[in-house]
Amino acid sequence: MKTIIFKSASVYLLPLLLLFSVFILLRGHYLPGGGFVGGLMASIAFVIHSFANGVENTKNIVKFHPGFLMPVGLALALLAGSLPLFTGETFMTGLWMDQPVPVIGTVGTALFFDTGVYLVVIGVTLTIIFTISEGL
Amino acid sequence: MLTAVISGFIFALLIPIILGRLKSISTLWVALLPLTLFIYFLSKIPEILAGNPIKTSYQWVPSLGINLDFYLDGLSLLFVLLISGVGTLVFVYTSAYLKGHHYLDRFYAYLSLFMASMLGLVLSDNIYTLFLFWELTSISSFFLIGFNNDKEDSRKSALTALAITGFGGLFLLAAMVGLGQITDAYQISAMAPMADAIKDHSLYGWVLFFLFIAAFTKSAQFPFHFWLPGAMKAPTPVSTYLHSATMVKAGVYLLARFTPVLGNHEWWNGTLIIVGALTMVYAAIHALFRIDLKGILAYSTISALGILVFLIGLGSPDALLAASIFILVHALYKATLFLVTGIIDHETGTRDVTQLGGLNKVMLPVGIAAMLAAISNAGIPPSFGFVGKDLIYEATLGMGDLAWLLTCLAILTNVALLVAGFVAGIKPFLGKLPEKFKNVHLPAPSMYVPPLILAGLGILFGLFPGVLEGGLIKPAVSSLTGARPDFHLQLWHGFNLIFLLSLITIGSGTILYFLLKPSESLLKKVTAFDRFSPQSLIMGISRGFALAGKGWTGFFQNGYLRYYLITILGFLSLLLAYRLFIGVDLLINTDVMTEVTFYEAVVLLVMAVAILFTVFSKSRLAAVASLGVVGYSFCLIFLFYSAPDLAMTQFSIDTLTVILFVLVLYNLPKYLKLSDTRVRIRDGLLSLIFGALISILALEVMSESLSKETTEYYAENAYLLGKGKNVVNVILVDFRGFDTMVEITVLAIAAIGVFGLLKLHLRSTEKE
Repeated sequence: MKTIIFKSASVYLLPLLLLFSVFILLRGHYLPGGGFVGGLMASIAFVIHSFANGVENTKNIVKFHPGFLMPVGLALALLAGSLPLFTGETFMTGLWMDQPVPVIGTVGTALFFDTGVYLVVIGVTLTIIFTISEGL
Repeated sequence: MLTAVISGFIFALLIPIILGRLKSISTLWVALLPLTLFIYFLSKIPEILAGNPIKTSYQWVPSLGINLDFYLDGLSLLFVLLISGVGTLVFVYTSAYLKGHHYLDRFYAYLSLFMASMLGLVLSDNIYTLFLFWELTSISSFFLIGFNNDKEDSRKSALTALAITGFGGLFLLAAMVGLGQITDAYQISAMAPMADAIKDHSLYGWVLFFLFIAAFTKSAQFPFHFWLPGAMKAPTPVSTYLHSATMVKAGVYLLARFTPVLGNHEWWNGTLIIVGALTMVYAAIHALFRIDLKGILAYSTISALGILVFLIGLGSPDALLAASIFILVHALYKATLFLVTGIIDHETGTRDVTQLGGLNKVMLPVGIAAMLAAISNAGIPPSFGFVGKDLIYEATLGMGDLAWLLTCLAILTNVALLVAGFVAGIKPFLGKLPEKFKNVHLPAPSMYVPPLILAGLGILFGLFPGVLEGGLIKPAVSSLTGARPDFHLQLWHGFNLIFLLSLITIGSGTILYFLLKPSESLLKKVTAFDRFSPQSLIMGISRGFALAGKGWTGFFQNGYLRYYLITILGFLSLLLAYRLFIGVDLLINTDVMTEVTFYEAVVLLVMAVAILFTVFSKSRLAAVASLGVVGYSFCLIFLFYSAPDLAMTQFSIDTLTVILFVLVLYNLPKYLKLSDTRVRIRDGLLSLIFGALISILALEVMSESLSKETTEYYAENAYLLGKGKNVVNVILVDFRGFDTMVEITVLAIAAIGVFGLLKLHLRSTEKE
């Protein structure tokens, strides 16, 4: 699929879709969306780019292997889950800020947890797809 | 008492570190631990003698009734003194026997682990910790038998021993659970008063059966005896400690411990007498034909264990007294003979009795120890063995109608054991010294002093049985019978029937010793019968088990995805069909259904066409693409039924699935034919059945009245507790956040798996 239209479109689609995926992630708590879908969307964004420009070029955009997102995401989710332990509550109790942050809305540990899910999903999907497309 | 048990475990952990730093000095100091324990337990004698068993309890898992309850009474005392006493000597002996061995630190660690487990076992009052320590002795024994892990038969024997004793351990657990069910108590000491109620309970037979299997496997009773000769592959200190003096007596201990609780019932007595008698006669006769010193000792040990089981089976106070004495007698002489065998093996390099002789000329102290042990084993006065043998005959003669039969069996066993003891303890030391052993020399004192001490005690206790009587034997017997014993141990009873029987035993044994010369050809004749032995039978069963397992695994875990799918779907279909057509009224609840709208009809039509295309398409890529169409149509259905979350996720997942499929399929070779007609019909039929069943299930579900409780709880509390309006997401990240946490971990593992599989595969092909 080395058409010029697709190729040039992909360059603009990548940031747009990534932004969209973050949007999906953030709105998840109130409206349809969330970390899982957001992560899938972001992966699709990268996959589209890799179809148009080749896996090597996509990998060059991100300087590190997507697999590294997995431990980072897992750590973030675990941290968000264990944060309540410091305030004397049980594991995974939701903690929330009193005042909503502009644009994002109310911020709580659940959002960090969801961001962890988001990162893990991107890491997993891209690792699998990149490995398979390289390996065969 | 907890410290006494735990110290061995801690010591086992520390010793590799300590010995790693102290490479140069002698490891004799290691024996300080068992010595300290021995002295500690000796100091408890006055208290036990006063009739106050020592009880301590530490809570561990109180909700399950698992507590570290320790109980030191006469019976436990006899065993802990044996364990720590023989342990001390074995530790001393090992420091010379395995001097400079590469894994000496490891050996001591295993040995301490074993000692601690054994102490825990005989001190446990709690039925579950009893099981725990029981298993720990099996495990530490596994490591000790397989200590020479570079030899195949060593590893094999270790596995056999572990399999047999571990198998028995499971039965012990079953027995303990059964007892717990009957009595509702977790302490053995609390069960004795309930003995009558237990015997009337319907589970009594089962508890007995399980307990017997456990005891017979551990104490190498027929037909589970064969692991013990195999276990002789272990270094000699291990054979001495585990396989003659302590661990194999754990089964006997178990039976003795439960005598007040379960004993005195015809099933109990009958089984133990039959199994014990069979084992003692069978193994004693076997011992006559061995030529390997350790083989002789192994079989005579099995026979001695048989005697103990037999005596516990007789159950009379006389018999229990005889058992308590014989435990000690046997430990003293058998440990001596094992240690002597170790010395012979160490110094001459052979254990073949047909080659050995005249060693007295080069190692007299060892010879003295061995002969004293042989005398005690033979029951020749004034040894302790004589006292023991007298008591055995006294016990069998007191058995009423069966007295003569049982006495004859006991005499037969004792005659054979006497011969075996002479062959092992006297033959290597008398006669002409072969030329090749002229340069053999006496080993270090730390090797020959322990057997001398043990053998010396065997004579000393015979001369002065009163030394033991008050301190050790009376409390042990009273904890077995539950009554204050009234007996008086003495060496000389006068000229009576029992003395005559002893004379007959000694006389005929000595004659047999001179008549029967063990030789290789004789051994061959006997081993010809091995085919019919329980060992070959059980080994055959285990081989058959392995074969069946291999076949089973090969059939189901065949590595073909299509067969896995067939198995899973076929099994699910069977289950579903069974559940749906039996006991469920097939009703379709039309009330809850809405009218089919126009756009729903269109989407369904698209799906139907796409499915047909997928099934009949000749191109794999086209099939995958049309599968994608099915998926996207589903998204639309989700949307119609107001599930935007699901629709979004389904959409993304479908996109990625198609991409993955394309990536993989694109690289596969093109086949002319995808699959043959028969396979297609088979798969099609299965799919149709499965699909139909799922459809019926879905329709059935609608006629069930749904419980809305969960749904409502989440809907009401999503905002209150989770501060979110999107219920699905709140469930995912808050209510069931822990699930999600685990799920993303699984995802990450899967990705690492794919990565590893493909990348490792690449490496190997790159090399070619």
